[in-house]
Amino acid sequence: MRKPFAITLDPGSSLANHTGSWRTLRPVYVDRLPPCNSGCPAGENIQGWLARAESGDYEGAWRLLVEENPLPAVMGRVCYHPCETACNRTTLDSAVGINSIERFLGDEAIKRGWRFAPPSVKSGKRVLVVGAGPSGLSAAYHLALAGHEVEIYEAGPLAGGMMRFGIPKYRLPREVLDAEVARILDLGVRLYLDRKVTDIRQSLKQGRFDAAFLAVGAHIGKRAYIPAGSSARILDAVSVLHSMEGEDKPKLGRRVIVYGGGNTALDVARTARRLGAEEALIVYRRTREKMPAHESELEEALQEGVMVKWLSTIKQAAAGSITVEKMRLDEKGFPQPTGELETLAADSVVLALGQDADLSLLEGVPGLEVVDGVVKVSPNMMTGYAGIFAGGDMVPAERTVTVGVGHGKKAARHIDAWLRGATRQPATKHAPAGAERLNPWYYSDAPKTMRPVLDTLRRQSTFDEVVQGLDEKTALFEARRCLSCGNCFECDNCYGVCPDNAVIKLGAGKRFAFNYDYCKGCGLCAAECPCGAIDMVPEAI
Amino acid sequence: MAFEPIKYYQTGTFTVGNRLLPPELRTVQADVRRTNSLNSGHRACQGCGEALGARYAIDAAMNATDKQLVAANATGCLEVFSTPYPETSWQIPWIHSLFGNTAAVATGIAAAMKAKGRRDVRVIAQGGDGGTTDIGFGCLSGMFERNDDVLYICYDNEAYMNTGVQRSSATPPAARTATTSTGNVFGQGKNVPAIAIAHGIAYVATATIAELHDLEAKVRRAMEFRGARYIHIFVSCPLGWGHASEASVHIARLAKETGIFPVYQAEHGEIVSVSKIRRRRPVEDYLKPQRRFAHLFSPKVNTEAIARIQAMADRNIRKYGLTED
Repeated sequence: MRKPFAITLDPGSSLANHTGSWRTLRPVYVDRLPPCNSGCPAGENIQGWLARAESGDYEGAWRLLVEENPLPAVMGRVCYHPCETACNRTTLDSAVGINSIERFLGDEAIKRGWRFAPPSVKSGKRVLVVGAGPSGLSAAYHLALAGHEVEIYEAGPLAGGMMRFGIPKYRLPREVLDAEVARILDLGVRLYLDRKVTDIRQSLKQGRFDAAFLAVGAHIGKRAYIPAGSSARILDAVSVLHSMEGEDKPKLGRRVIVYGGGNTALDVARTARRLGAEEALIVYRRTREKMPAHESELEEALQEGVMVKWLSTIKQAAAGSITVEKMRLDEKGFPQPTGELETLAADSVVLALGQDADLSLLEGVPGLEVVDGVVKVSPNMMTGYAGIFAGGDMVPAERTVTVGVGHGKKAARHIDAWLRGATRQPATKHAPAGAERLNPWYYSDAPKTMRPVLDTLRRQSTFDEVVQGLDEKTALFEARRCLSCGNCFECDNCYGVCPDNAVIKLGAGKRFAFNYDYCKGCGLCAAECPCGAIDMVPEAI
Repeated sequence: MAFEPIKYYQTGTFTVGNRLLPPELRTVQADVRRTNSLNSGHRACQGCGEALGARYAIDAAMNATDKQLVAANATGCLEVFSTPYPETSWQIPWIHSLFGNTAAVATGIAAAMKAKGRRDVRVIAQGGDGGTTDIGFGCLSGMFERNDDVLYICYDNEAYMNTGVQRSSATPPAARTATTSTGNVFGQGKNVPAIAIAHGIAYVATATIAELHDLEAKVRRAMEFRGARYIHIFVSCPLGWGHASEASVHIARLAKETGIFPVYQAEHGEIVSVSKIRRRRPVEDYLKPQRRFAHLFSPKVNTEAIARIQAMADRNIRKYGLTED
């Protein structure tokens, strides 16, 4: 080719110059474990289902959610949402309302009649689940999905366990619970009510079961010794809440004293108000800061007129009155008596001092270890007796519905492996996605959407649900507050800010890749990634 | 506002793209079909703000003009790192002439296109602050005054970088360069966007590489006018300013958030909108990460100089109304 004067080379492209050789640090895409997922006792992929909800794919979101937890509408009402406590958005404004979105998805599923997809294969194995509470239902669901034949033996007259006989209606309407239980039973799970297991080994043998999951809960109210006159009316919280489900409502009188500082104490006091008690007074031996009940529940109770007597113990109960002693906290934070006494009017005293598990069904089972009234289980949820697994309130753990659901899932997966003669290896977890990895500049300012709350007057006299749900618009807004900590959400920032066009956009849902031929390793992509999904790692030279 | 904030999305206003947004609300940079006008393989330093700003601006211009675009380029980093003979990184019709005459070359191209009846072909002149505010300033002012149909884009990195960081008339007070070893003096320099507005030309805007949506909207808006137009883009320089290569966008963001670099647009000699400060920060936050200002903090903190820089930022905030009130 003839070239113009003084030109000796053909024009070329700078693509011939592989600037990737300059690099000392290499960007790599990573996936991190977001704090919400990490904090969920039921092991939900919260960030994953939020991502689907953000695009308006509510059914997809719900389907991903129920891969881990079959009770989203219940969860959205009764879970104490440790996910929100852990949420990184608290460093910006306030946590994403995960619980309210979960409830929206759960309610949407009930409204639209979404069903679980039945298992495609049958294992031919039979598993007995004892107890139809959160843990038992969760285990039954996961076992049924794995293709096993599942039967639930429930001692009570209805399914739900503490969700029905412990949690009042104003927190969990029964039609919601019924709908979610029915959906699990639709998978072919057989539920036998009023069938109390008295000897587990016998039940296993008679029913030709290959394994059992026990989740009998803890339904026996703990007693405390209180000197009481014969006419003093002393009840226990579990029985009070239990009898709320029957025809005969408990007779508590006009002035009700509740003894204890847990969520159950609040549930009873709030129930007493709704039953017409003029005065519902909680007596608790320590301070508000030390109270084990959840702050939000205490707040709601106080709004409804429940009163609390802090730093007090009941010394004595008589007909129509009780005597309390004032306490003070010592240096270690333990309450110590002061000798100061006070007499309070009381028509009844309800003890809410915790519950014990009825473990009689395990009598004579070899290898079993019971410590502090609960059954010891190995990390795979199996008791000391091969083939018998246990979970929920009867094993050592925090006693919440969500923990129970988590146990049920975990046990079901280990039972499934055990039935196949295998050992389940838990998947390795990603490193945590801490708030320090975020570049918060990029997130829109968006305060949390508060759920509407029922009028106080109606809360004092009716059992209508107190906390209302979000509608579609507000749920969508709330879902989009998610920061997607530690996992790419395709904001295109890396693709945009690379001065060397060394980021390849792979298309919707496929994320991005680096073109290491040209990436100089400047680190802009990692610095400007909102969610911290890019690491810079030293180049091996 | 040059660009309406996007509400009710996880992100969108500040990120390059967003999978939930309709494509027309995303940036040109988010699109896989972007021109990549300044292609890979160029020899700019790691994290070069100018390379980034040039691709942002020219890709947006290519998008706005249906790819009927010619660019003239002044001598400077942008020219040196993009076109070492015989290679070029440019994927557009591009011409380099001299350090000082880019505006005049572009004027000539515009005249030629007019003579050929090619009104669809649009002309851009571009250069760094040296080629714009110093050496090419006479040609630039002439182009404004004649109202030639050219969009001039200045990528301002506040010194002569490819020759070894010598001061220019855009170097800020107190900044250390190879020729201002104890820090540039106060009270000098040249505010070219203000001078451009004083020419009464159709469109003048400032932008930074930290606000892509805003930058692209300004390029698009500039292309809606005929006649002389000017966009001044703040581009950080890791080498010359002495900051980490990954901090380029962050530093540009701080320049705006502190009030040091006001971001606004003007039409026909009048300011029509300003980009508000989102989270106001003291100037120290901007100065500290840059080694060119290190002598203000050690061995002894030069509170007087920092106070003067803060006063300049405060004056900008007042003068342009940069905060929401």
